[in-house]
Amino acid sequence: MFDPKIYDTRDEIAWCPGCGNFGILNGIKQTLAEMGLKPHEVVIVSGIGQAAKTPHYVNVNGYNGLHGRAVPPAQGIKIANKNLKVIIHSGDGDSYGEGGNHILHGIRRNVDLTHVVHFNQIYGLTKGQASPTTAQGHVTNMQFDGNKNEELRTLLFAISVGAGFVARTFSGDKDHYVKTLKEAINYKGYALVDVLQPCVVFNRINTFQWYKDRVYDLAETDYDPTNKLEAMKKAMEFGDEGIPIGVIYREEKETYIDKISYLKDGPPLVDREWRPEEAEKYMDEYR
Amino acid sequence: MDKNILIGGAAGQGIDTLGDMIGKTLSRKGYYVHVSKDFMSRIRGGHNFNQIRFSNGPIYSHWPDLDCIIALDEATVELHADRLREGGVILCDDSVKAEDDRIIHIPMVEFAKEAGNVRTSGSVAAGALFKIFGESTDEVDEIFQQRFKREIAEVNSLAFRKGYDFVEKRFEVERPEKREQIFIDATNAIALGALAGGVGFFASYPMTPATGIMTKLSRIQTDAKIVVEQVEDEISAINMALGASYAGVRSMTASSGGGYALMVEALSLQGITETPIVVVDVQRPGPATGLPTRTEQADLDFVLFSGHGEFPRMVIAVRNPEDAFYQTARALNLADKYQTQVIILSDQYLADATQTIAPFDFSMVTIERYFMTADELGDEDYKRYKLTDDGISPRIIPGKIENQIVLIDSDEHDEYGHITESAEVRRAMVDKRMKKLEGIRSEVQEPDYFGVDNPETLLLGWGSMYGPIREAVDLLNRDGESVGALIFGDLYPLPTELLNKYSKVAKRLVNVEMNYTGQLARLIRQETGIFMDKSILNYDGRQMDSYTVYKRIKEEVL
Ligand SMILES: Cc1ncc(C[n+]2csc(CCOP(=O)(O)OP(=O)(O)O)c2C)c(N)n1
Ligand SMILES: [Mg+2]
Repeated sequence: MFDPKIYDTRDEIAWCPGCGNFGILNGIKQTLAEMGLKPHEVVIVSGIGQAAKTPHYVNVNGYNGLHGRAVPPAQGIKIANKNLKVIIHSGDGDSYGEGGNHILHGIRRNVDLTHVVHFNQIYGLTKGQASPTTAQGHVTNMQFDGNKNEELRTLLFAISVGAGFVARTFSGDKDHYVKTLKEAINYKGYALVDVLQPCVVFNRINTFQWYKDRVYDLAETDYDPTNKLEAMKKAMEFGDEGIPIGVIYREEKETYIDKISYLKDGPPLVDREWRPEEAEKYMDEYR
Repeated sequence: MDKNILIGGAAGQGIDTLGDMIGKTLSRKGYYVHVSKDFMSRIRGGHNFNQIRFSNGPIYSHWPDLDCIIALDEATVELHADRLREGGVILCDDSVKAEDDRIIHIPMVEFAKEAGNVRTSGSVAAGALFKIFGESTDEVDEIFQQRFKREIAEVNSLAFRKGYDFVEKRFEVERPEKREQIFIDATNAIALGALAGGVGFFASYPMTPATGIMTKLSRIQTDAKIVVEQVEDEISAINMALGASYAGVRSMTASSGGGYALMVEALSLQGITETPIVVVDVQRPGPATGLPTRTEQADLDFVLFSGHGEFPRMVIAVRNPEDAFYQTARALNLADKYQTQVIILSDQYLADATQTIAPFDFSMVTIERYFMTADELGDEDYKRYKLTDDGISPRIIPGKIENQIVLIDSDEHDEYGHITESAEVRRAMVDKRMKKLEGIRSEVQEPDYFGVDNPETLLLGWGSMYGPIREAVDLLNRDGESVGALIFGDLYPLPTELLNKYSKVAKRLVNVEMNYTGQLARLIRQETGIFMDKSILNYDGRQMDSYTVYKRIKEEVL
């Protein structure tokens, strides 16, 4: 166990007072400290948004890329160096909207990484437009007559396209958050975690209290996260009937890197030694 | 001496295999060979053809006149018979119902069946062709054995001999000296250049005519221990490659214009994060889907300006397979040295035209990564964007140095990579990034010059027009015309030394390009204020051959 302070940075935090992101930030530091991960052993990757500023606030390697494009570089980093712990922290708009295609195929590719989605059901940074997770009918700063589009059941989607680790946690419950994040990081494969994260300024419906009143911990029930059909049913649950938190689905799968023998058993790709002359034999077929 | 053969038929008739086999055998015999492809965007039917040109001296492009046509269907006779030179012949299977007294009917299908496999009828045709040109059967069996499993190779050899024995010799051909050479297109040359240059990660999405680069790399990835991933889209391709590059692995991606368009936002990300990357754009005619299997040089403007904001980049057009190999390896080094993007422009003509060249010299390739070591860094906290005199901030590999972290950001950032809005830091960072352009400028290679010493007419071309222009200049010089040509490989930053020198001497400047607007002319005008007097342009999707350039210069310029 390290002192979580080693992950502090001198950056001034640009989040609003009371934002759910603070709970997430402290939770990450706590998790890394408890797992004994040194700053240089971890990379936090993000897109653009309020959530996506996370790499600046944690003293580990950081890749703050383009809006919607956190998943591709995270995969590239892990493929390049399997020894790094790669964690994506990005918004729900970034992850499921602009980057939807990458999640779908990222799950199929199953590179070993953790994808933490700051789930605030709104576009925070751009001041309150609907996200793919915003409830239908929700009046926003853009959807003045109410959001016409159906909200995406993100975890149902993830399970249905083959995700091996799907979980939800709540920024207002640090212990639960740390426990879930640890399990996600330890999972070998693409681990998707939605974190309920109230946006205090632009989402007046899904507030801290709103989430708090609805969440219930699956670990306190007899729920079995290895049954896929049950998991899909559980993943549909969201709203007044309750919001389950905890691991919704878990299945062991071969990871992308494990399917590449020379990466699985050999050194990381970044340590590949190569001289130009070694490529000469590939010219033979043109002789 | 040069001889020209056309093999035509519908898609699916094995034209490529046949053209390749003939070309490669001629290459092994020591001929200079150039095989170009003209096909429609379909898997079956339509009309496709390969043109094979061979000679005992150097040749650089295809040629319009023909000595022999192998017509696998009637359409081939109809469409190409008028290009036959005097004494030329057409070889057809018995089943091809065409009327032309130059036709030699050969029972290709029947012979193929007799040999043991109806699909070897192309080898029957090849046999007949070799006999017509008075070629021996040397190298033929070896080529079949290189291509096929033993039994299949034997059936092909037998089919070949049946065709060979059926016809009489027609042409006298000067035999070449046997030379060591390879027979390759720019697609595979780029792949080999990437491999030699130490590429470790290649992410791409299939798009004609760029797909072959990924195919080649994918085929050998396990043996070479690299990772090649076919991704969900080109946005992912470049962003994934940038991720791998950030983590220290040499990374590349390739596409054609449409896919390159999807990468543009990430090119801008490259600009601000300074993560090295090499991107290949194998051009095809646009806009949009355009002519998917044909050729054009119309993406130059686009790649020069692609990406929002201001940042340095380098653009290199490859001119032939040899150039493609060395420039790809060079691009990887320059990308690392200047932490920049290097865009390689190729096109369908180059991608698919196979030619004989000297084998690549792998000992000429170096891999230079420019990473800072832990010792060089010392105890200081690492600054990814440290301000330096040349604008280059030393890189370290994330995860390799105890407690040193690497932070990169698409927002404007301070030296550590943290977001900033400070006006002062902003200015310093823009200055730093743009300063790298001066370094890149110092690396550019001058264009190749061909022709007389003090040309009255100076032709200017780039990339794949290298071959046709080079040969056209030769023909024009032989006619006594005072012509020379500058053919650009490095395009941005634009090398200007030879341009200034020759443009002062020449009375007339003529750009010769495969596009409508004259994009090289515009680049030259923009960078130097030098105006062209005349343009020779083509945008029908078919590469101008050397004779066409020669004729158009004669008719439209001289
Ligand atoms: C290509 C592109 N499109 C749009 C934007 C503007 N933009 C930045 S963040 C964002 C949405 C942020 O929402 P979310 O991902 O949910 O993050 P949050 O701020 O809520 O944490 C948008 C639309 C952008 N930066 N880039
Ligand atoms: Mg959001």
